[in-house]
Amino acid sequence: MTARTLFEKVWDGHVVHQFPEGPALLYVDLHLVHEVTSPQAFEGLRQAGRRVRRPGLTVATVDHNVPTGDRAAPIADPIAARQLEALAVNAREFGLELFDLRSPEQGIVHVIGPELGLTQPGMVIVCGDSHTATHGAFGALALGIGTSEVEHVLATQCLVWSKPGTMEARLSGALAPGVTAKDLILALIGRIGTAGATGHVIEYTGAAIRALSMEERMTVCNMSIEAGARAGMIAPDETTVAYLAGRPRAPSGAAWDRAVATWRELRTDPGATYDKQVELDASAVAPQVTWGTNPGMVTPVTGRVPSPADFTTDAEQRAVTRALEYMGLAPGTPLEGLPIDRVFLGSCTNARIEDLRAAARTVRGRHVATGVRAMVVPGSQQVKAQAEREGLDRVFSEAGFEWRNAGCSMCLGMNPDVLQSGERCASTSNRNFEGRQGRGGRTHLMSPPMAAAAAVAGRIVDVRSWGRERAAP
Amino acid sequence: MMEPFVRHTGRLAALARANVDTDQIVPKQFLKRVERTGFGPALFHDWRFRSDGSANPDFELNQLTARGATILLVGENFGCGSSREHAVWALREYGFRAILAPSFADIFFANCCQNGLVPVRLLPQEVAELFRRHQAAGGEYQLTVDLEDQRVDDGLGFRTTFSMEPYRREMLLHGLDEIARTLLVEDRIGAFENKRDAGCGMREAS
Repeated sequence: MTARTLFEKVWDGHVVHQFPEGPALLYVDLHLVHEVTSPQAFEGLRQAGRRVRRPGLTVATVDHNVPTGDRAAPIADPIAARQLEALAVNAREFGLELFDLRSPEQGIVHVIGPELGLTQPGMVIVCGDSHTATHGAFGALALGIGTSEVEHVLATQCLVWSKPGTMEARLSGALAPGVTAKDLILALIGRIGTAGATGHVIEYTGAAIRALSMEERMTVCNMSIEAGARAGMIAPDETTVAYLAGRPRAPSGAAWDRAVATWRELRTDPGATYDKQVELDASAVAPQVTWGTNPGMVTPVTGRVPSPADFTTDAEQRAVTRALEYMGLAPGTPLEGLPIDRVFLGSCTNARIEDLRAAARTVRGRHVATGVRAMVVPGSQQVKAQAEREGLDRVFSEAGFEWRNAGCSMCLGMNPDVLQSGERCASTSNRNFEGRQGRGGRTHLMSPPMAAAAAVAGRIVDVRSWGRERAAP
Repeated sequence: MMEPFVRHTGRLAALARANVDTDQIVPKQFLKRVERTGFGPALFHDWRFRSDGSANPDFELNQLTARGATILLVGENFGCGSSREHAVWALREYGFRAILAPSFADIFFANCCQNGLVPVRLLPQEVAELFRRHQAAGGEYQLTVDLEDQRVDDGLGFRTTFSMEPYRREMLLHGLDEIARTLLVEDRIGAFENKRDAGCGMREAS
């Protein structure tokens, strides 16, 4: 038997049909659906008189445009309300399970999948959302798809996909104190660029990856798309198995034992080769902060805003000039010390319980700086409830953070949580595109402890030295 | 039903930017619609319009010569970021039939092929040459994109070929419904499911 990569094993196990003209028809084990990219797909089914082939393999939730304030209040935006209502109607009509705003299990689709144990190793998972890559942390092949593909999966439970290339991202060494999984993935994107893995599926390997918790692995895989990869994967191990044990939708009893036995086979064989490889020494990674308008425009917090002259091609120089103008930054400005107006702790990248714990450790006994507005938006209602059991909500509230309900919120600003023009935000989300968090808003991506420290300091700080200067009481 | 694309001659609009993300193509405030239509006015909204709603005269698509353009020339990694197909719907509704770039983001490329918007990958030097020719012509520049022959031609000496996976090309040429095409092998899906559902490890999500 030829040596195969993790990706190839999952791919081979899901090919329903190979079209002679190129792509394969891949079977989908789990289809996650949310309110923004699905209404047109359901309408398409209706017009063609088609049904959902496997309602039991399809799960819906609301996350993108939901308000994160008081759940008892009616939704102020009538267009958003209509979209939420459309999903409710579609779920009813097509017989799908829906975690709606009243559900204690509602949350960001990429947070609740793993949390409920829906996400499992070896699955093919799709969702009309580019951050579906998150679920690859379990050794699933998980990818974002467009709405036409959503309709196709609803109707056929299959996806047409041309086999991508493989890329190994080997992350060796160990992360230093104060450095997180977010810094690791930002540093990797900084190295290979936002198109560095286009056309490929990344497999993250190496000691630094093995040492990560499941939640940290999700942070890494989540941002695969920011490097251009539709999917990122990590081979399952004991950490994966321990995370899934006892989750409500994970197998149980004898089925659990059988599942675990198959999961253990899900690793790249010795001698298997990748189409591309990149290596990064995790021990050399410092806390990262983006300075520009894509996630590849990133530097260690100890660094400075670059100058267009530091770049070689005309296109790069133009892009940097434009980014600096948008961000209101002059070349050579140190990142450390840059004053901020807003802080957003949230998103499918960094709003799980470990993220909130890490941020709470940083702010405990301290207060958000004068003039800074900071909010915490847990990734799911279950994360929120867990945080409240641990008293983290009080830590944040006493520190002057707003404590909200679950949703995508200011990661993309579809709901009322948006930046005003010119506001500078320390954000734990995944995209610093122009206008992403609000027209004219300036986003600096960073880890939860870094964003929490920025909230307290009122400026971007290096959480490593800042922690020493002001030892927590 | 997707509009078939065999060959198309039209005016070229040039947007000399790399890494244009789908948040720029359709900003999020327009994603709340439940229809596939109505996204044309949202195209490049925050670049096209100033905050007071007036047209931004500096933006490339607002140039007089870009009026009525049906082919868009852009920099590398076009369509990166969010999977929103709304970006493709907006480009189509605005009037574009083809996009020429050195590279596209994966999800965006797939979305184009679902909507009769032909994503044409050219070599970086060919794209650079087209930008030069567009500029030299003062923006008055026409091209033919021929999907049947996989050729791009300006009738003035620029002539090149491009590749397109046969499956996608067929879909675009004939405006095929991908679901109907897949259902031609529905028996295979059923056979796969029988084997899969009898196996271990996987179960109904709910």
